[in-house]
Amino acid sequence: MDQFTLNLLFVGASFALYIGIAVWARAGSTSEFYAAGRGVHPVTNGMATAADWMSAASFISMAGLIAFTGYDNSSFLMGWTGGYVLLALLLAPYLRKFGKFTVSEFIGDRFYSRTARMVAVVCLLVASITYVIGQMQGVGIAFGRFLEIDAFWGLLIGACVVFAYAVFGGMKGVTYTQVAQYCVLITAYTIPAIFISLQLTGNPIPALGLFGEHTASGEPLLVKLDQIVTDLGFREYTAAHGSTINMVLFTLSLMIGTAGLPHVIMRFFTVPRVSDARWSAGWTLVFIALLYLTAPAVGAMARLNISELMWPNGTDGEAVSVEAIETDPEYAWMATWEKTGLLGWEDKNGDGRIQYYNDGNADLQAKAEANGWEGNELTNFNRDILVLANPEIASLPGWVIGLVAAGGLAAALSTAAGLLLAISSAVSHDLLKGQLTPNMSEKNELLAARLSMAAAIVVAVLLGLNPPGFAAQTVALAFGLAAASIFPALMMGIFFGRINNIGAVAGMLAGLIVTLLYIFLHKGWFFIPDTNMFTDADPLLGPVQSTSFGAVGAMVNFAVAYVVSSMTKEPPQEIKDLVQSVRIPRGAGAATDGH
Amino acid sequence: MSQDKDNNAYWSANVRIILISLVIWALVSFGFGIVLRPMLSGISVGGADLGFWFAQQGSILVFLALIFFYAWRMNKLDREHGVEEE
Repeated sequence: MDQFTLNLLFVGASFALYIGIAVWARAGSTSEFYAAGRGVHPVTNGMATAADWMSAASFISMAGLIAFTGYDNSSFLMGWTGGYVLLALLLAPYLRKFGKFTVSEFIGDRFYSRTARMVAVVCLLVASITYVIGQMQGVGIAFGRFLEIDAFWGLLIGACVVFAYAVFGGMKGVTYTQVAQYCVLITAYTIPAIFISLQLTGNPIPALGLFGEHTASGEPLLVKLDQIVTDLGFREYTAAHGSTINMVLFTLSLMIGTAGLPHVIMRFFTVPRVSDARWSAGWTLVFIALLYLTAPAVGAMARLNISELMWPNGTDGEAVSVEAIETDPEYAWMATWEKTGLLGWEDKNGDGRIQYYNDGNADLQAKAEANGWEGNELTNFNRDILVLANPEIASLPGWVIGLVAAGGLAAALSTAAGLLLAISSAVSHDLLKGQLTPNMSEKNELLAARLSMAAAIVVAVLLGLNPPGFAAQTVALAFGLAAASIFPALMMGIFFGRINNIGAVAGMLAGLIVTLLYIFLHKGWFFIPDTNMFTDADPLLGPVQSTSFGAVGAMVNFAVAYVVSSMTKEPPQEIKDLVQSVRIPRGAGAATDGH
Repeated sequence: MSQDKDNNAYWSANVRIILISLVIWALVSFGFGIVLRPMLSGISVGGADLGFWFAQQGSILVFLALIFFYAWRMNKLDREHGVEEE
């Protein structure tokens, strides 16, 4: 059986599984369909939330970014897990006690203002649509590889599949489908990692293998890796190279953003009890940590494998020959990935070999001159292909490759569909029915929901054609926006009783606008190339890159809300009572639908 | 009125636990993982240094411990102040 058929089989089987479970679970009860998690054990809920949360950015993109940058991209690891501490300590139990279903409802009620609710909806839409762009990038790459076509066509086909998937389901609502998606995703991620860790270090646990010994050389894996990459003129893997301030702000942005994204917070509204909301956050992080502890090992080991494939006789020997790339089955992955347009090489000096090195490095330029190299010949290596290509790079069996394709799609589809549902309910429920046309019929509301879903996909695809970075970087921008707008409003709503309606609205708007401006100034207006005035290599504010600005935006939000609130009228007594009641677990009934 | 007073005591105890937890949260990630990494460079962990380990694995493990500690501690505090769910 060839690889293409095998991929098709795995992807097909995983889809059949999700649909089968959805149909089976639906027969049970319809209320479960709307309030996923109610009456579900915190462990099960944690697993489902983890599937909802881990997207193309975590699965497909993150390890690739770590592989090519090393230590500096540890921000992704700390940021996307540390946010759960904020969520568990500062938001989840209180929002559960509040007992409604959506984030904008809490903001609208706590700040006794329809304007506040509308502003929250706008913030959610901006962050969610940016997030979907990142997902679509991942979907495009996964489909491109799996159907062996250009990533652009992969993106279009992926968009249709995501749309069908989201419209078919409130599939997101079915906890057990997500449990299945989690199982597929985590198996697909860890199995190749275990194989590779065994090959390189003899340790079956990748997280331990990363700090273990490289069997072939007898040196610690990370020492070996540092040595190989510096030999090729790249920067040391384990050392810090970027600005410390930027790394702190970037990590903080990702953390705050995690605690400000609607589709994750919503999961904690519907757990049975306040104490379950606390446990649930912990269990979610357990299941996320399984992938996040493996990811840095995947990155480091893949970097080692790629370097050794390009230099089969060591960095002092001869580079790999073009002939080997074209005929040797060990290099077959390069030809398949070339079809997606995401990998490319060119024998610039015509010596029949492909030299992969950093041609910007002075030492290597001298070496290149001595050996007659004319620049780096592995001309294109998109970071986002690394995880999907990883099992092929390590020459693992065909079924592992099929499994990873299924896992990548599970990650991208579950999150994309979840976000689209959040977007459509925000438009149809909060914006149209809640504000503009309150008398809309149920049927029209549903129609509006579908249309807004379609519109969101079209926008995401258009903006995704010129993505502002690799998938995980695009997603990081979405986190920055959520960090600057939603998280501060929620936290102040619970912890600072003095913040009033005007303060909250001013804070959210200020945070959202400065962050959006900063991003557009660096990434181009609406991400259109060449409309940017600054670059992330030389940002407007010292070392602060656009992906890190969310933390600054959040501080602006806090400051503006505080100052404006202290200059205007105190919140009324019933709001003070509401804040008091949210803080005390006793008396939490089941979450009620307040519409 | 005494219920109100007790609720306030409950809330300030909660805020204290949150603050302590957040100090640890910041120390392992922003501290050991990033800013203080140069100071820890003498302690080696499997081919790299302690700061690298905290940045790539250690902080995640501490985050997990923190959330479970908080859940356990707060459920106890709820009962001590009689505000647990019925």
